Amino acid sequence: MADKIATREAYGNALVKLGADYDFVVLDADLAAATKTGMFKKAYPERFFDCGIAEGNMMSVAAGIAATGVTPFVSTFAMFAAGRAYEQVRNSIGYPHLNVKICATHAGITVGEDGATHQCIEDLALMRVIPGMTVICPADAVEAEAAVKAALLTKGPMYLRFGRAAVPVLYDAADTGFEIGRGRVLADGTDVTVFATGYMVHLALAARDLLANEGISCRVVNIHTIKPLDTALVTTCARETGAVVTAEEHSIIGGLGSAVAECLSETCPTPVLRVGVRDTFGRSGKVPDLLEKYGLTAAAIAEQAKKAVALKK
Amino acid sequence: MLEETKNRLTETARRVRAGILRGVYHAASGHPGGSLSAADILTYLYFEEMRVRPDDPKWEDRDRFVLSKGHSAPALYAALALRGFFPVEELDTLRQADARLQGHPDMKGTPGVDMSTGSLGLGISAACGMALSGKYRKKDYRVYAILGDGECEEGQVWEAAMFAAHYALDNLTAVVDCNGLQIDGRVQEVMNPMPFDEKFRAFGWNVVTCDAHNFDEIAEAFAAARACKGKPTVILAKSVKGKGVSYMEDQCGWHGKAPNADEFTTAMAELTGEGK
Repeated sequence: MADKIATREAYGNALVKLGADYDFVVLDADLAAATKTGMFKKAYPERFFDCGIAEGNMMSVAAGIAATGVTPFVSTFAMFAAGRAYEQVRNSIGYPHLNVKICATHAGITVGEDGATHQCIEDLALMRVIPGMTVICPADAVEAEAAVKAALLTKGPMYLRFGRAAVPVLYDAADTGFEIGRGRVLADGTDVTVFATGYMVHLALAARDLLANEGISCRVVNIHTIKPLDTALVTTCARETGAVVTAEEHSIIGGLGSAVAECLSETCPTPVLRVGVRDTFGRSGKVPDLLEKYGLTAAAIAEQAKKAVALKK
Repeated sequence: MLEETKNRLTETARRVRAGILRGVYHAASGHPGGSLSAADILTYLYFEEMRVRPDDPKWEDRDRFVLSKGHSAPALYAALALRGFFPVEELDTLRQADARLQGHPDMKGTPGVDMSTGSLGLGISAACGMALSGKYRKKDYRVYAILGDGECEEGQVWEAAMFAAHYALDNLTAVVDCNGLQIDGRVQEVMNPMPFDEKFRAFGWNVVTCDAHNFDEIAEAFAAARACKGKPTVILAKSVKGKGVSYMEDQCGWHGKAPNADEFTTAMAELTGEGK
Protein backbone atom coordinates (compact mmCIF):
# COMPACT_ATOMS: atom_id res chain seq x y z
CA MET A 1 0.00 0.00 0.00
CA ALA A 2 0.99 3.57 -0.56
CA ASP A 3 2.04 6.04 2.11
CA LYS A 4 -0.49 6.84 4.77
CA ILE A 5 -1.03 10.44 5.86
CA ALA A 6 -3.92 11.90 7.87
CA THR A 7 -5.92 14.52 5.99
CA ARG A 8 -5.53 16.89 8.97
CA GLU A 9 -1.78 16.70 8.43
CA ALA A 10 -2.29 17.67 4.80
CA TYR A 11 -4.47 20.54 5.95
CA GLY A 12 -1.66 21.90 8.11
CA ASN A 13 0.81 21.54 5.25
CA ALA A 14 -1.54 23.30 2.85
CA LEU A 15 -2.03 26.27 5.19
CA VAL A 16 1.72 26.77 5.50
CA LYS A 17 2.30 26.52 1.73
CA LEU A 18 -0.60 28.80 0.83
CA GLY A 19 0.33 31.25 3.56
CA ALA A 20 3.38 32.28 1.57
CA ASP A 21 1.32 33.49 -1.38
CA TYR A 22 -2.08 34.45 -0.03
CA ASP A 23 -3.39 36.79 2.65
CA PHE A 24 -5.64 34.91 5.06
CA VAL A 25 -5.85 34.29 8.80
CA VAL A 26 -6.34 31.14 10.84
CA LEU A 27 -8.39 30.73 14.00
CA ASP A 28 -8.39 27.80 16.36
CA ALA A 29 -9.97 26.95 19.71
CA ASP A 30 -7.10 25.55 21.74
CA LEU A 31 -6.59 22.55 19.46
CA ALA A 32 -3.84 23.83 17.18
CA ALA A 33 -1.59 20.87 17.90
CA ALA A 34 -4.32 18.40 16.99
CA THR A 35 -5.94 20.21 14.07
CA LYS A 36 -2.47 21.00 12.66
CA THR A 37 -3.12 24.73 12.45
CA GLY A 38 -0.17 24.85 14.83
CA MET A 39 2.05 24.48 11.78
CA PHE A 40 0.64 27.72 10.39
CA LYS A 41 0.90 29.38 13.80
CA LYS A 42 4.60 28.58 13.85
CA ALA A 43 5.18 29.89 10.32
CA TYR A 44 2.96 33.00 10.54
CA PRO A 45 2.32 33.82 14.21
CA GLU A 46 0.91 37.27 13.41
CA ARG A 47 -1.83 35.70 11.27
CA PHE A 48 -2.91 33.08 13.77
CA PHE A 49 -5.49 33.83 16.46
CA ASP A 50 -6.26 31.40 19.23
CA CYS A 51 -9.82 31.86 20.42
CA GLY A 52 -9.52 29.61 23.43
CA ILE A 53 -12.13 27.03 24.31
CA ALA A 54 -15.07 29.06 23.06
CA GLU A 55 -16.12 27.68 19.69
CA GLY A 56 -19.38 29.59 19.38
CA ASN A 57 -17.60 32.90 19.77
CA MET A 58 -14.91 31.76 17.34
CA MET A 59 -17.39 31.11 14.53
CA SER A 60 -19.06 34.50 14.94
CA VAL A 61 -15.65 36.20 15.19
CA ALA A 62 -14.73 34.49 11.91
CA ALA A 63 -17.92 35.87 10.38
CA GLY A 64 -16.95 39.38 11.48
CA ILE A 65 -13.47 38.98 10.01
CA ALA A 66 -14.92 37.75 6.72
CA ALA A 67 -17.33 40.67 6.66
CA THR A 68 -14.32 43.00 6.43
CA GLY A 69 -12.92 41.15 3.42
CA VAL A 70 -10.26 39.02 5.10
CA THR A 71 -10.57 35.25 4.64
CA PRO A 72 -10.50 33.22 7.87
CA PHE A 73 -9.83 29.49 8.14
CA VAL A 74 -11.44 28.28 11.36
CA SER A 75 -10.51 25.00 12.95
CA THR A 76 -11.60 22.80 15.79
CA PHE A 77 -12.85 19.23 16.05
CA ALA A 78 -15.86 18.41 13.88
CA MET A 79 -17.96 17.80 16.98
CA PHE A 80 -17.48 21.38 18.11
CA ALA A 81 -17.46 23.06 14.70
CA ALA A 82 -20.65 21.45 13.45
CA GLY A 83 -22.18 20.54 16.80
CA ARG A 84 -21.33 23.01 19.54
CA ALA A 85 -21.22 25.99 17.20
CA TYR A 86 -23.98 24.90 14.84
CA GLU A 87 -26.17 27.92 15.31
CA GLN A 88 -23.27 30.35 14.98
CA VAL A 89 -22.29 28.62 11.74
CA ARG A 90 -25.85 28.79 10.47
CA ASN A 91 -26.73 32.33 11.52
CA SER A 92 -23.40 34.20 11.55
CA ILE A 93 -21.76 32.49 8.57
CA GLY A 94 -24.38 30.66 6.50
CA TYR A 95 -27.22 33.17 6.49
CA PRO A 96 -25.05 36.13 5.37
CA HIS A 97 -23.12 33.74 3.07
CA LEU A 98 -19.77 34.90 4.42
CA ASN A 99 -16.42 33.72 3.12
CA VAL A 100 -15.43 31.56 6.09
CA LYS A 101 -13.60 28.27 5.64
CA ILE A 102 -14.57 25.94 8.46
CA CYS A 103 -11.94 23.23 8.58
CA ALA A 104 -12.97 20.54 11.01
CA THR A 105 -10.71 17.71 12.01
CA HIS A 106 -11.23 14.53 14.03
CA ALA A 107 -14.45 13.73 12.20
CA GLY A 108 -16.05 10.30 12.35
CA ILE A 109 -15.28 7.27 14.49
CA THR A 110 -11.62 7.10 13.42
CA VAL A 111 -11.10 9.52 16.30
CA GLY A 112 -10.74 6.22 18.13
CA GLU A 113 -10.05 6.05 21.83
CA ASP A 114 -11.64 9.38 22.85
CA GLY A 115 -15.03 7.83 22.25
CA ALA A 116 -18.55 8.95 21.40
CA THR A 117 -18.48 12.53 22.70
CA HIS A 118 -15.66 13.34 20.30
CA GLN A 119 -16.69 11.21 17.33
CA CYS A 120 -18.81 13.45 15.15
CA ILE A 121 -20.87 11.30 12.81
CA GLU A 122 -23.48 13.90 11.95
CA ASP A 123 -21.46 16.88 10.70
CA LEU A 124 -22.05 16.24 6.99
CA ALA A 125 -25.79 16.18 7.65
CA LEU A 126 -25.74 19.32 9.79
CA MET A 127 -23.62 21.31 7.36
CA ARG A 128 -25.35 20.05 4.23
CA VAL A 129 -28.70 21.37 5.34
CA ILE A 130 -27.43 24.97 5.59
CA PRO A 131 -28.35 26.86 2.41
CA GLY A 132 -25.31 27.86 0.37
CA MET A 133 -22.82 25.85 2.43
CA THR A 134 -20.29 23.88 0.39
CA VAL A 135 -19.36 20.62 2.11
CA ILE A 136 -16.11 18.83 1.23
CA CYS A 137 -14.69 15.57 2.57
CA PRO A 138 -11.36 14.71 0.92
CA ALA A 139 -10.23 11.13 0.42
CA ASP A 140 -6.50 11.49 0.95
CA ALA A 141 -3.70 13.92 1.67
CA VAL A 142 -3.27 15.04 -1.94
CA GLU A 143 -6.95 15.79 -2.28
CA ALA A 144 -7.04 17.48 1.13
CA GLU A 145 -4.33 19.93 0.06
CA ALA A 146 -6.10 20.57 -3.22
CA ALA A 147 -9.36 21.13 -1.39
CA VAL A 148 -7.83 23.70 0.95
CA LYS A 149 -6.44 25.64 -1.98
CA ALA A 150 -9.73 25.43 -3.88
CA ALA A 151 -11.58 26.62 -0.79
CA LEU A 152 -9.26 29.59 -0.48
CA LEU A 153 -9.76 30.54 -4.11
CA THR A 154 -13.54 30.10 -4.12
CA LYS A 155 -15.78 32.62 -2.37
CA GLY A 156 -18.47 31.51 0.04
CA PRO A 157 -18.97 29.54 3.24
CA MET A 158 -17.42 26.08 3.24
CA TYR A 159 -17.10 23.15 5.55
CA LEU A 160 -14.06 20.90 5.04
CA ARG A 161 -13.91 17.60 6.87
CA PHE A 162 -10.60 16.08 7.86
CA GLY A 163 -9.73 12.94 9.77
CA ARG A 164 -7.42 12.12 12.62
CA ALA A 165 -6.31 8.72 11.34
CA ALA A 166 -3.70 8.20 8.64
CA VAL A 167 -5.25 7.21 5.32
CA PRO A 168 -3.53 5.78 2.20
CA VAL A 169 -2.49 8.30 -0.43
CA LEU A 170 -4.57 7.52 -3.51
CA TYR A 171 -3.66 10.34 -5.85
CA ASP A 172 -0.33 11.20 -7.41
CA ALA A 173 1.30 14.20 -5.78
CA ALA A 174 1.17 16.04 -9.11
CA ASP A 175 -2.55 15.38 -9.51
CA THR A 176 -4.58 18.41 -10.54
CA GLY A 177 -7.95 16.77 -10.98
CA PHE A 178 -9.69 18.11 -7.91
CA GLU A 179 -12.57 20.44 -8.62
CA ILE A 180 -15.21 21.45 -6.08
CA GLY A 181 -18.51 19.79 -6.92
CA ARG A 182 -17.12 17.24 -9.38
CA GLY A 183 -17.02 13.61 -8.36
CA ARG A 184 -14.11 11.47 -9.57
CA VAL A 185 -14.36 8.00 -11.04
CA LEU A 186 -11.46 6.08 -9.54
CA ALA A 187 -12.13 2.70 -11.11
CA ASP A 188 -14.62 1.65 -13.73
CA GLY A 189 -17.20 -1.09 -13.49
CA THR A 190 -20.55 -2.08 -14.96
CA ASP A 191 -22.60 -3.99 -12.35
CA VAL A 192 -22.72 -1.60 -9.41
CA THR A 193 -21.37 1.82 -8.39
CA VAL A 194 -19.92 2.57 -4.97
CA PHE A 195 -20.01 6.27 -4.14
CA ALA A 196 -17.58 6.79 -1.29
CA THR A 197 -16.29 9.81 0.57
CA GLY A 198 -13.35 10.59 2.85
CA TYR A 199 -11.84 7.72 4.77
CA MET A 200 -14.10 5.18 3.02
CA VAL A 201 -12.73 5.78 -0.49
CA HIS A 202 -9.72 3.52 -0.14
CA LEU A 203 -11.93 0.85 1.42
CA ALA A 204 -14.28 1.11 -1.55
CA LEU A 205 -11.34 0.35 -3.83
CA ALA A 206 -10.51 -2.70 -1.70
CA ALA A 207 -14.15 -3.77 -1.88
CA ARG A 208 -13.94 -3.57 -5.66
CA ASP A 209 -11.15 -6.15 -5.59
CA LEU A 210 -13.24 -8.45 -3.38
CA LEU A 211 -16.17 -8.13 -5.77
CA ALA A 212 -13.98 -8.80 -8.80
CA ASN A 213 -13.06 -12.15 -7.27
CA GLU A 214 -16.75 -13.00 -7.35
CA GLY A 215 -17.22 -11.84 -10.91
CA ILE A 216 -18.95 -8.55 -10.04
CA SER A 217 -17.74 -5.46 -11.87
CA CYS A 218 -17.77 -2.49 -9.50
CA ARG A 219 -17.32 1.16 -10.32
CA VAL A 220 -15.81 3.30 -7.55
CA VAL A 221 -16.53 7.02 -7.45
CA ASN A 222 -14.96 9.43 -5.00
CA ILE A 223 -17.57 12.00 -3.96
CA HIS A 224 -15.32 14.52 -2.20
CA THR A 225 -17.94 17.25 -2.43
CA ILE A 226 -21.10 16.26 -0.59
CA LYS A 227 -22.66 19.62 -1.45
CA PRO A 228 -23.14 20.67 -4.15
CA LEU A 229 -23.47 17.03 -5.11
CA ASP A 230 -22.32 16.04 -8.60
CA THR A 231 -25.85 15.00 -9.54
CA ALA A 232 -24.96 14.51 -13.22
CA LEU A 233 -22.25 11.99 -12.40
CA VAL A 234 -24.34 10.27 -9.72
CA THR A 235 -27.24 9.93 -12.15
CA THR A 236 -25.08 8.71 -15.02
CA CYS A 237 -23.43 6.05 -12.87
CA ALA A 238 -26.77 4.88 -11.51
CA ARG A 239 -28.19 4.65 -15.02
CA GLU A 240 -25.16 2.78 -16.36
CA THR A 241 -24.72 0.30 -13.50
CA GLY A 242 -28.28 0.05 -12.16
CA ALA A 243 -27.23 -0.45 -8.52
CA VAL A 244 -25.65 1.88 -6.00
CA VAL A 245 -23.88 1.66 -2.66
CA THR A 246 -22.77 4.65 -0.63
CA ALA A 247 -19.93 4.52 1.90
CA GLU A 248 -19.18 7.17 4.49
CA GLU A 249 -17.61 7.41 7.91
CA HIS A 250 -20.75 9.16 9.12
CA SER A 251 -24.27 8.33 10.14
CA ILE A 252 -26.31 6.74 7.35
CA ILE A 253 -28.79 9.51 8.13
CA GLY A 254 -28.28 12.82 6.38
CA GLY A 255 -24.84 12.46 4.82
CA LEU A 256 -23.59 11.11 1.51
CA GLY A 257 -26.03 8.20 1.47
CA SER A 258 -28.96 10.52 1.95
CA ALA A 259 -27.66 12.99 -0.63
CA VAL A 260 -27.26 10.26 -3.25
CA ALA A 261 -30.65 8.71 -2.44
CA GLU A 262 -32.36 12.11 -2.62
CA CYS A 263 -30.76 12.77 -5.97
CA LEU A 264 -31.55 9.39 -7.51
CA SER A 265 -35.13 9.33 -6.25
CA GLU A 266 -35.69 12.34 -8.48
CA THR A 267 -33.45 11.56 -11.45
CA CYS A 268 -33.11 7.79 -11.78
CA PRO A 269 -34.74 5.60 -9.11
CA THR A 270 -32.16 2.94 -8.31
CA PRO A 271 -31.48 0.62 -5.37
CA VAL A 272 -29.23 2.58 -2.97
CA LEU A 273 -27.71 0.69 -0.04
CA ARG A 274 -25.87 2.74 2.55
CA VAL A 275 -22.71 1.84 4.41
CA GLY A 276 -22.16 4.05 7.43
CA VAL A 277 -22.80 4.26 11.15
CA ARG A 278 -26.29 2.85 11.56
CA ASP A 279 -28.07 5.34 13.83
CA THR A 280 -25.96 4.73 16.89
CA PHE A 281 -23.23 6.54 18.82
CA GLY A 282 -19.60 5.52 18.58
CA ARG A 283 -17.46 4.31 21.46
CA SER A 284 -13.84 4.12 22.58
CA GLY A 285 -11.53 1.67 20.87
CA LYS A 286 -8.66 1.22 18.47
CA VAL A 287 -9.48 2.45 15.00
CA PRO A 288 -9.40 -0.96 13.25
CA ASP A 289 -11.61 -2.45 15.96
CA LEU A 290 -14.12 0.37 15.64
CA LEU A 291 -14.22 0.17 11.86
CA GLU A 292 -14.95 -3.52 12.18
CA LYS A 293 -17.53 -3.00 14.91
CA TYR A 294 -19.49 -0.38 12.99
CA GLY A 295 -19.28 -2.14 9.65
CA LEU A 296 -17.03 0.37 7.94
CA THR A 297 -14.93 -2.15 6.04
CA ALA A 298 -14.23 -3.30 2.50
CA ALA A 299 -16.07 -6.53 3.27
CA ALA A 300 -19.16 -4.63 4.41
CA ILE A 301 -19.13 -2.49 1.27
CA ALA A 302 -18.78 -5.60 -0.91
CA GLU A 303 -21.64 -7.26 0.95
CA GLN A 304 -23.93 -4.30 0.34
CA ALA A 305 -22.84 -4.15 -3.29
CA LYS A 306 -23.94 -7.75 -3.79
CA LYS A 307 -27.30 -6.97 -2.19
CA ALA A 308 -27.70 -3.92 -4.39
CA VAL A 309 -27.00 -5.99 -7.49
CA ALA A 310 -29.57 -8.54 -6.34
CA LEU A 311 -32.16 -5.77 -6.01
CA LYS A 312 -31.82 -4.77 -9.66
CA LYS A 313 -34.96 -5.26 -11.70
CA MET B 1 -22.26 69.75 23.36
CA LEU B 2 -23.45 72.74 21.39
CA GLU B 3 -27.10 73.54 21.94
CA GLU B 4 -27.58 73.53 18.18
CA THR B 5 -26.12 70.04 17.88
CA LYS B 6 -28.22 68.78 20.72
CA ASN B 7 -31.38 70.21 19.17
CA ARG B 8 -30.54 68.63 15.84
CA LEU B 9 -29.91 65.24 17.44
CA THR B 10 -33.09 65.50 19.52
CA GLU B 11 -35.13 66.24 16.42
CA THR B 12 -33.47 63.37 14.53
CA ALA B 13 -34.11 60.98 17.41
CA ARG B 14 -37.76 62.03 17.37
CA ARG B 15 -37.92 61.15 13.69
CA VAL B 16 -36.14 57.84 14.35
CA ARG B 17 -38.81 57.02 16.93
CA ALA B 18 -41.56 57.93 14.46
CA GLY B 19 -39.86 55.68 11.91
CA ILE B 20 -39.81 52.81 14.41
CA LEU B 21 -43.52 53.17 15.03
CA ARG B 22 -44.33 53.44 11.33
CA GLY B 23 -42.45 50.24 10.60
CA VAL B 24 -43.84 48.22 13.46
CA TYR B 25 -47.38 49.51 12.90
CA HIS B 26 -47.41 48.65 9.21
CA ALA B 27 -45.80 45.27 9.87
CA ALA B 28 -48.35 44.63 12.62
CA SER B 29 -45.50 42.94 14.47
CA GLY B 30 -41.99 43.67 15.68
CA HIS B 31 -40.24 45.02 18.73
CA PRO B 32 -41.02 48.65 19.59
CA GLY B 33 -39.89 48.64 23.25
CA GLY B 34 -36.20 47.90 22.78
CA SER B 35 -36.10 49.90 19.56
CA LEU B 36 -37.30 53.02 21.34
CA SER B 37 -34.86 52.53 24.23
CA ALA B 38 -31.94 52.40 21.75
CA ALA B 39 -33.16 55.25 19.53
CA ASP B 40 -31.01 58.03 21.00
CA ILE B 41 -27.83 55.95 21.01
CA LEU B 42 -28.42 54.92 17.40
CA THR B 43 -29.12 58.51 16.45
CA TYR B 44 -25.88 59.64 18.06
CA LEU B 45 -23.92 56.87 16.33
CA TYR B 46 -25.22 57.51 12.82
CA PHE B 47 -25.47 61.32 12.99
CA GLU B 48 -22.47 62.23 15.13
CA GLU B 49 -20.06 59.44 15.94
CA MET B 50 -19.63 57.10 13.01
CA ARG B 51 -17.74 57.62 9.77
CA VAL B 52 -20.03 56.23 7.08
CA ARG B 53 -20.94 56.95 3.47
CA PRO B 54 -24.61 56.38 2.70
CA ASP B 55 -23.85 56.54 -1.03
CA ASP B 56 -21.12 53.91 -0.62
CA PRO B 57 -22.40 51.61 2.14
CA LYS B 58 -19.62 49.04 1.64
CA TRP B 59 -16.82 51.64 1.82
CA GLU B 60 -13.83 49.69 3.10
CA ASP B 61 -12.69 52.21 5.71
CA ARG B 62 -16.09 52.93 7.21
CA ASP B 63 -16.82 52.48 10.87
CA ARG B 64 -18.86 49.34 11.45
CA PHE B 65 -22.02 48.88 13.46
CA VAL B 66 -23.46 45.60 14.72
CA LEU B 67 -26.90 45.49 16.28
CA SER B 68 -26.29 42.52 18.53
CA LYS B 69 -29.80 42.92 19.95
CA GLY B 70 -31.09 42.37 16.42
CA HIS B 71 -34.75 42.56 17.37
CA SER B 72 -34.34 46.33 17.62
CA ALA B 73 -34.01 46.36 13.83
CA PRO B 74 -36.80 48.96 13.41
CA ALA B 75 -34.56 51.50 15.17
CA LEU B 76 -31.55 50.64 13.01
CA TYR B 77 -33.64 50.87 9.84
CA ALA B 78 -35.07 54.23 10.87
CA ALA B 79 -31.58 55.60 11.58
CA LEU B 80 -30.21 54.22 8.30
CA ALA B 81 -33.12 55.59 6.28
CA LEU B 82 -32.87 59.05 7.82
CA ARG B 83 -29.11 59.00 7.27
CA GLY B 84 -29.78 58.36 3.59
CA PHE B 85 -28.99 54.68 3.08
CA PHE B 86 -32.48 54.06 1.65
CA PRO B 87 -35.77 55.94 1.34
CA VAL B 88 -37.64 56.70 4.56
CA GLU B 89 -40.87 55.51 2.90
CA GLU B 90 -39.36 52.03 2.80
CA LEU B 91 -39.78 51.80 6.58
CA ASP B 92 -43.44 51.04 5.94
CA THR B 93 -42.43 47.79 4.20
CA LEU B 94 -40.84 46.30 7.31
CA ARG B 95 -41.35 42.52 7.56
CA GLN B 96 -43.31 42.26 4.30
CA ALA B 97 -42.62 39.18 2.18
CA ASP B 98 -41.33 41.12 -0.84
CA ALA B 99 -39.39 43.76 1.13
CA ARG B 100 -35.72 43.91 2.04
CA LEU B 101 -36.26 45.06 5.62
CA GLN B 102 -36.24 41.74 7.43
CA GLY B 103 -37.57 41.25 10.95
CA HIS B 104 -33.94 41.07 12.07
CA PRO B 105 -31.02 42.78 10.27
CA ASP B 106 -29.85 41.17 7.03
CA MET B 107 -26.51 42.45 5.76
CA LYS B 108 -27.03 40.91 2.34
CA GLY B 109 -30.30 42.63 1.66
CA THR B 110 -30.22 46.00 3.37
CA PRO B 111 -27.82 48.84 2.54
CA GLY B 112 -25.91 50.00 5.61
CA VAL B 113 -26.40 46.82 7.64
CA ASP B 114 -22.89 45.59 8.44
CA MET B 115 -23.80 42.24 10.03
CA SER B 116 -26.78 39.92 10.04
CA THR B 117 -27.96 39.49 13.61
CA GLY B 118 -30.98 38.45 15.59
CA SER B 119 -29.91 35.38 17.48
CA LEU B 120 -28.69 36.94 20.71
CA GLY B 121 -25.01 36.86 21.62
CA LEU B 122 -23.75 36.33 18.09
CA GLY B 123 -23.47 39.97 17.08
CA ILE B 124 -20.96 41.05 19.70
CA SER B 125 -18.65 38.23 18.62
CA ALA B 126 -18.91 39.32 15.00
CA ALA B 127 -18.08 42.87 16.09
CA CYS B 128 -14.98 41.45 17.78
CA GLY B 129 -14.01 39.82 14.48
CA MET B 130 -14.38 43.12 12.63
CA ALA B 131 -12.29 44.90 15.25
CA LEU B 132 -9.62 42.19 15.18
CA SER B 133 -9.48 42.40 11.39
CA GLY B 134 -9.06 46.18 11.64
CA LYS B 135 -6.08 45.69 13.94
CA TYR B 136 -4.67 42.97 11.69
CA ARG B 137 -4.85 45.16 8.60
CA LYS B 138 -3.85 48.31 10.49
CA LYS B 139 -7.06 50.13 9.59
CA ASP B 140 -8.29 52.97 11.75
CA TYR B 141 -12.01 52.25 11.48
CA ARG B 142 -13.92 51.71 14.71
CA VAL B 143 -16.52 49.08 15.49
CA TYR B 144 -19.67 49.63 17.52
CA ALA B 145 -22.19 47.16 18.86
CA ILE B 146 -25.38 47.51 20.85
CA LEU B 147 -26.43 44.67 23.15
CA GLY B 148 -29.48 44.24 25.31
CA ASP B 149 -29.16 43.82 29.04
CA GLY B 150 -31.20 40.64 28.81
CA GLU B 151 -28.91 39.55 25.99
CA CYS B 152 -26.05 39.51 28.48
CA GLU B 153 -27.56 36.32 29.88
CA GLU B 154 -26.19 34.58 26.78
CA GLY B 155 -22.89 32.87 27.59
CA GLN B 156 -21.46 33.89 24.23
CA VAL B 157 -21.51 37.56 25.29
CA TRP B 158 -18.92 36.68 27.92
CA GLU B 159 -16.88 34.58 25.50
CA ALA B 160 -16.76 37.68 23.34
CA ALA B 161 -15.94 39.88 26.33
CA MET B 162 -12.98 37.63 27.11
CA PHE B 163 -11.86 37.68 23.49
CA ALA B 164 -12.06 41.47 23.05
CA ALA B 165 -9.98 42.13 26.15
CA HIS B 166 -7.48 39.39 25.30
CA TYR B 167 -6.78 40.96 21.92
CA ALA B 168 -6.87 44.51 23.36
CA LEU B 169 -9.57 45.63 20.93
CA ASP B 170 -9.64 49.31 21.83
CA ASN B 171 -11.25 49.99 18.46
CA LEU B 172 -14.38 48.24 19.74
CA THR B 173 -17.12 49.98 21.72
CA ALA B 174 -20.03 47.96 23.02
CA VAL B 175 -23.14 49.62 24.37
CA VAL B 176 -25.45 47.73 26.69
CA ASP B 177 -28.95 49.14 26.34
CA CYS B 178 -29.94 48.75 30.00
CA ASN B 179 -33.69 49.07 29.78
CA GLY B 180 -34.19 46.55 32.57
CA LEU B 181 -36.86 44.46 30.84
CA GLN B 182 -36.93 41.25 28.86
CA ILE B 183 -39.78 39.11 27.54
CA ASP B 184 -40.56 37.30 30.77
CA GLY B 185 -40.21 40.28 33.08
CA ARG B 186 -37.60 42.41 34.84
CA VAL B 187 -34.08 41.38 33.85
CA GLN B 188 -33.00 41.04 37.47
CA GLU B 189 -35.94 38.77 38.22
CA VAL B 190 -35.79 36.54 35.13
CA MET B 191 -32.06 35.75 35.35
CA ASN B 192 -29.88 38.40 36.84
CA PRO B 193 -26.76 39.04 34.73
CA MET B 194 -25.65 42.06 36.79
CA PRO B 195 -23.61 43.81 38.04
CA PHE B 196 -22.41 44.71 34.54
CA ASP B 197 -19.80 47.23 35.65
CA GLU B 198 -17.94 44.79 37.89
CA LYS B 199 -18.29 41.93 35.45
CA PHE B 200 -16.98 43.82 32.41
CA ARG B 201 -14.21 45.36 34.47
CA ALA B 202 -13.22 41.92 35.69
CA PHE B 203 -13.14 40.74 32.07
CA GLY B 204 -10.66 43.52 31.30
CA TRP B 205 -12.87 46.20 29.79
CA ASN B 206 -13.01 49.95 30.27
CA VAL B 207 -16.46 50.65 31.72
CA VAL B 208 -18.37 53.90 31.17
CA THR B 209 -21.93 54.71 32.13
CA CYS B 210 -24.43 57.19 30.73
CA ASP B 211 -28.08 58.11 30.54
CA ALA B 212 -29.17 56.59 27.23
CA HIS B 213 -31.51 59.51 26.58
CA ASN B 214 -29.16 62.39 27.37
CA PHE B 215 -27.01 63.47 24.40
CA ASP B 216 -24.46 65.29 26.55
CA GLU B 217 -23.82 62.13 28.51
CA ILE B 218 -23.89 59.94 25.40
CA ALA B 219 -21.29 62.18 23.76
CA GLU B 220 -19.05 62.04 26.82
CA ALA B 221 -19.31 58.26 26.96
CA PHE B 222 -18.27 57.80 23.33
CA ALA B 223 -15.45 60.30 23.77
CA ALA B 224 -14.21 58.30 26.75
CA ALA B 225 -14.34 55.12 24.64
CA ARG B 226 -12.28 56.77 21.91
CA ALA B 227 -9.73 57.99 24.42
CA CYS B 228 -9.22 54.60 26.02
CA LYS B 229 -6.23 52.67 24.66
CA GLY B 230 -5.34 49.04 25.10
CA LYS B 231 -8.75 47.70 26.05
CA PRO B 232 -12.29 47.65 24.71
CA THR B 233 -14.91 49.95 26.18
CA VAL B 234 -18.43 49.10 27.23
CA ILE B 235 -20.95 51.88 27.71
CA LEU B 236 -23.63 50.90 30.19
CA ALA B 237 -26.48 53.07 28.93
CA LYS B 238 -29.34 53.35 31.39
CA SER B 239 -32.45 53.52 29.29
CA VAL B 240 -36.22 53.35 29.46
CA LYS B 241 -37.84 50.65 27.39
CA GLY B 242 -40.45 52.19 25.09
CA LYS B 243 -38.93 55.67 25.64
CA GLY B 244 -40.96 58.44 24.02
CA VAL B 245 -44.34 56.73 23.92
CA SER B 246 -46.04 57.18 27.28
CA TYR B 247 -48.03 53.98 27.38
CA MET B 248 -45.04 51.87 26.27
CA GLU B 249 -42.50 53.25 28.74
CA ASP B 250 -41.11 50.64 31.12
CA GLN B 251 -43.81 48.19 30.08
CA CYS B 252 -42.71 44.61 29.52
CA GLY B 253 -45.70 43.93 27.27
CA TRP B 254 -44.36 46.24 24.54
CA HIS B 255 -41.23 44.18 23.95
CA GLY B 256 -42.60 42.44 20.90
CA LYS B 257 -46.04 43.81 20.12
CA ALA B 258 -47.26 46.26 17.50
CA PRO B 259 -49.64 49.12 18.32
CA ASN B 260 -53.15 49.01 16.87
CA ALA B 261 -54.50 51.95 14.86
CA ASP B 262 -55.61 53.98 17.88
CA GLU B 263 -52.42 53.29 19.77
CA PHE B 264 -50.40 54.25 16.71
CA THR B 265 -52.24 57.54 16.36
CA THR B 266 -51.68 58.31 20.03
CA ALA B 267 -47.99 57.46 19.82
CA MET B 268 -47.41 59.58 16.72
CA ALA B 269 -49.26 62.49 18.31
CA GLU B 270 -47.04 62.25 21.37
CA LEU B 271 -43.90 62.14 19.25
CA THR B 272 -44.89 65.11 17.13
CA GLY B 273 -45.98 67.05 20.18
CA GLU B 274 -49.56 67.27 19.04
CA GLY B 275 -50.78 65.31 22.02
CA LYS B 276 -49.30 67.75 24.49
